[in-house]
Amino acid sequence: MAFLDIKNVRIAGIAAGVPKNIASNLHPEPEDNVSADYAPEDFVATTGVEERRISTTLCASDLCYGAAEKLIADLGWDKQEIEGILFVSQTPDYILPATACILQDRLGLSKECYATDMSIGCSGWLYGLSSLAALVSTGGIKKALLMVGDAKARVKGKRNPLFGSSGTVTALEYAEGAKGLQFHMGTDGSGFDAIITPDGGARNQITPESFNEYEFEGKMVHRLQSRMKGMDVFSFGITTAPKSIKKLAEHFGFDYQDADYLVLHQANMKMNDFIVKKLKFDTAKVPTSLRYFANTNGASIPVTIVTQLKDKLNGIAKFLCCGFGVGLSWGSLYFESDPEMVISQLVEMDDSETSAYVV
Amino acid sequence: MDLNEFVAHFAEQFDETDASVFTPETRFREIDEWSSLIGLSVIAMVDEEYDVALKGDDVKNSNTILDLYNIVSSKL
Repeated sequence: MAFLDIKNVRIAGIAAGVPKNIASNLHPEPEDNVSADYAPEDFVATTGVEERRISTTLCASDLCYGAAEKLIADLGWDKQEIEGILFVSQTPDYILPATACILQDRLGLSKECYATDMSIGCSGWLYGLSSLAALVSTGGIKKALLMVGDAKARVKGKRNPLFGSSGTVTALEYAEGAKGLQFHMGTDGSGFDAIITPDGGARNQITPESFNEYEFEGKMVHRLQSRMKGMDVFSFGITTAPKSIKKLAEHFGFDYQDADYLVLHQANMKMNDFIVKKLKFDTAKVPTSLRYFANTNGASIPVTIVTQLKDKLNGIAKFLCCGFGVGLSWGSLYFESDPEMVISQLVEMDDSETSAYVV
Repeated sequence: MDLNEFVAHFAEQFDETDASVFTPETRFREIDEWSSLIGLSVIAMVDEEYDVALKGDDVKNSNTILDLYNIVSSKL
């Protein structure tokens, strides 16, 4: 049982960046890979995704960079004190080097900086947070930034109408005596192909045939694009998420119904509604960002906190969070935000924002 | 596990198709209203009523409601 009790660390702040550009699922464009089986209104009603933020130019790291500048300013942090970056994404800038290295320099942080990437999907905020919090809790690193985001795809192709772009930053700070963060984490690699990008890794190298389109679950995709066994993932989500949350509460001895907010990975409305129903949790305490930001992969929990809870939090709030997806992989978290936790205004970035880190 | 009850639960996932249409022998994918979304509802129903986690292939490889009932029974 992977239960983690990471003390002496606090979440100092959360920020999110998204492209300014909005795509509407009520008015899909030819490049949107919408199934022909459904009218746009039915698609929106079922998935809960009406709009999404997308960009043809902004990478996940650009959005994380914009969010980080905003959050560092809002926190009043001295950049020289930030000694760690963990970047979690399926859409890094390059295969090599790690995008976290680029972000260290781009943000003007000290070279005394621990920086690396983590490749995981919709459980990414939980995995990133547990890893970085564990480092910060040692006191060896006093301030660090977890960056989770996905944006511009690695290969051109039709756009999936369920997914939106974002780049988030969660600032962690060493705080002696702080109650910290409690996690339950899990993995089931037998479901490795439930969500998979088949080509482009060493197992299946890129060949000209990688670009050939084929039909998978009613959609045309190529082998450098991810594909999903929808029913398997749905079944996994509705069974695993409630169990993980219950295990977390049981292990750490609290009643999960007492949480002020249940923030779930924003997969789709049908799945989340069912998870909430199984937990018998009050729907008024379950914020969602699906309608206007779509499924933002590993970043969906911080995107939901920033866009839905920024003006509602005052004092201490009890958070229950659960992320689940590709791997298959999942994680649940309980933490109490303190009154000083900063939530920055959503950062909206123009397509013209450019990075100097281009070869 | 009762077959008639399973058929009734299965029928509840459909909005427009009358419940009287459904029997154990019903080839459910031939019903006009059938869609992958109703497939998700069936998976959720089986999880809720029988605490069994179905795979997509369990649904795809079943032709009749009885086929699916037998799969659920085998996983109980």
